[in-house]
Amino acid sequence: MIKITNVSKHYGDFKVLTDCTTSVSKGEVIVVCGPSGSGKSTLIKCVNGLEPFQAGEIFVDGTSVGDPKTNLSKLRAKVGMVFQNFELFPHMSITQNLAIAQVKVLGRSQEEAMDKGLKLLDRVGLKAQAAKFPGQLSGGQQQRVAIARALAMDPICMLFDEPTSALDPEMVNEVLDVMTELAHEGMTMMCVTHEMGFAKRVADRVIFMDQGHIVEDDSKEEFFANPRSERAQQFLAKILHH
Amino acid sequence: MNYQWNWGVFLQPSASGDDTYLGWMFAGFKMTIGLSLSAWVIALLLGALVGVLRTVPNKVLAGFATAYVEMFRNVPLLVQLFIWYFVLPELLPASIGDAYKQSNPVMQQFLASMICLGLFTSARVAEQVRAGIYSLPRGQKNAGLALGFTLPQTYRFVMLPMAFRLVVPPLTSEFLNIFKNSAVCSTIGLLELAAQGRQLVDYTAQPFESFIAVTLSYIIINVTVMTLMHKFERRIAVPGYIGGK
Repeated sequence: MIKITNVSKHYGDFKVLTDCTTSVSKGEVIVVCGPSGSGKSTLIKCVNGLEPFQAGEIFVDGTSVGDPKTNLSKLRAKVGMVFQNFELFPHMSITQNLAIAQVKVLGRSQEEAMDKGLKLLDRVGLKAQAAKFPGQLSGGQQQRVAIARALAMDPICMLFDEPTSALDPEMVNEVLDVMTELAHEGMTMMCVTHEMGFAKRVADRVIFMDQGHIVEDDSKEEFFANPRSERAQQFLAKILHH
Repeated sequence: MNYQWNWGVFLQPSASGDDTYLGWMFAGFKMTIGLSLSAWVIALLLGALVGVLRTVPNKVLAGFATAYVEMFRNVPLLVQLFIWYFVLPELLPASIGDAYKQSNPVMQQFLASMICLGLFTSARVAEQVRAGIYSLPRGQKNAGLALGFTLPQTYRFVMLPMAFRLVVPPLTSEFLNIFKNSAVCSTIGLLELAAQGRQLVDYTAQPFESFIAVTLSYIIINVTVMTLMHKFERRIAVPGYIGGK
C-alpha cells in the first residue's frame, strides 16, 4: 500500500530525513514514534506529497509520489490525513466541512455528500453538532469531525500526524477510541503519535525514529519487549514511566 | 478677528448663474463619491488578485506581484497622478493619444484620477490581502491539499474565505483613505469636493463656511462607510471565532 524507499530530505545542510525505508501493507496499523525533531511528522507528510523530498522513492497504491508527472491532488484524495491542530475549515458548518471535498473533488451531489457526512458524524458520535461551526466544538470533538471528514472521501489509507498532541488530556481517549475502532475495521493506518497505550493495543508494527533515521522497525511485541537501540530504550524508559 | 459669517451664501445663485453655491458643493460631493467608489472597485479587484499572487509558489507570478506593489507604494500619489494625467497620454500611440486629448476634459480628469487612485490603492489592498493569507494557520493549506483540492481550489474554498474576513477591518481604513486621497485629484482640475470648496472661496470670500461644509461632507461620507463596513463585518463573522457569536 505504502512503500518508502531510501527517502532523504534536507533543508540546506540540515538533514531532516536520512535514508528512510519502510512499508505499510494493506490493513496494517503502523505507529511512528520518536523524540520531537526526529522527522516523524516530516516523513508522514512526504507520503502524500505535502513535503517534497530530494532523494528516494515513495509509492502509494502503486503511484510514485515524487514523480513530477503524478497528479498529487488525485492521489491525496485517496489518502486521508488528520492533523495535530484539526484544521477544520472555521467558516463552514460541520456538515459543510464534511461535504465540500466530496462535492468539489469527487463530484458527488450535495445531497449524497451530506448523507455520507451525517452518517460518519453519527459514527464518531457527533450527529447533534451537525449544524454548528468548528469554533463552537471542543478540541476532541473537532478532531473526531476531522477524522470523519477524511473518511468521507473513502480513503484507501489514513495518515495521522500527532492527532492527540494538541488535546486536553481528558479528550485524548475519545479520539483514540475512534482510531482504535477504525483499526479494528481493517483500515490501513500510519500514525505519528506518542500514545504508547494506543500502540500497544492496536499497532501491528512500531517505527522508532531519531534524528531523521528510522532506528527501529519492529513488531510491537518486539519493540516494547526488547528494543534493540539504546536510543529507543531511553525513549521508552522515559515515556512509559507514567 | 473680524469675520462676517454668512451661512446664507449657500443659497445665493452661483457665479455660473444656473445653480446655487450649495449646488456646487453637492456636485463636488457627487464627484468625490463617484470617483472614490469606481476607484475602490478597481482597487479591490486588482488588490485581491495581486495580494493572492504574492503568496503563490510560482516565482515569476510572485515576483511580478511584488514589483507591482513596490512600484505603486513607493511613488507619491501626487506624482502618480501627474504621470497618469500629463505624461501617459503623450506616450500613447498618436491616434489614441489625440483622440483622448480631444475628448471631454472632465472625462479626461476623471479617467486619470480613477485609474491613479484605483491602482495606488490596489497596492495597499494587496498588502493587506497578503498579510491576511499569511496570518492563517499554515495547516489550513495542507488540510485543503490533503483532501485532494488543487492549489487554486484550496485558495478558493479554504484560505481566501477566512483571509478576506480577517482583512475587513484594515480594508475599511483603506476604503476611508480612498475618499480622503481623492482630494488630491483637485490638483489636475477635477471638480470634486475639495476643489468646489476652494472655488467657493474664490467667488464668495467665505472660507469658513465653505471649508466647514467640505469637512462635514467628508465626515458624513466616512461615518457612513464605517457604519456600513461594521455591519458587513458582523454579517460575515464566523460563529465561535473572534467577532462571532
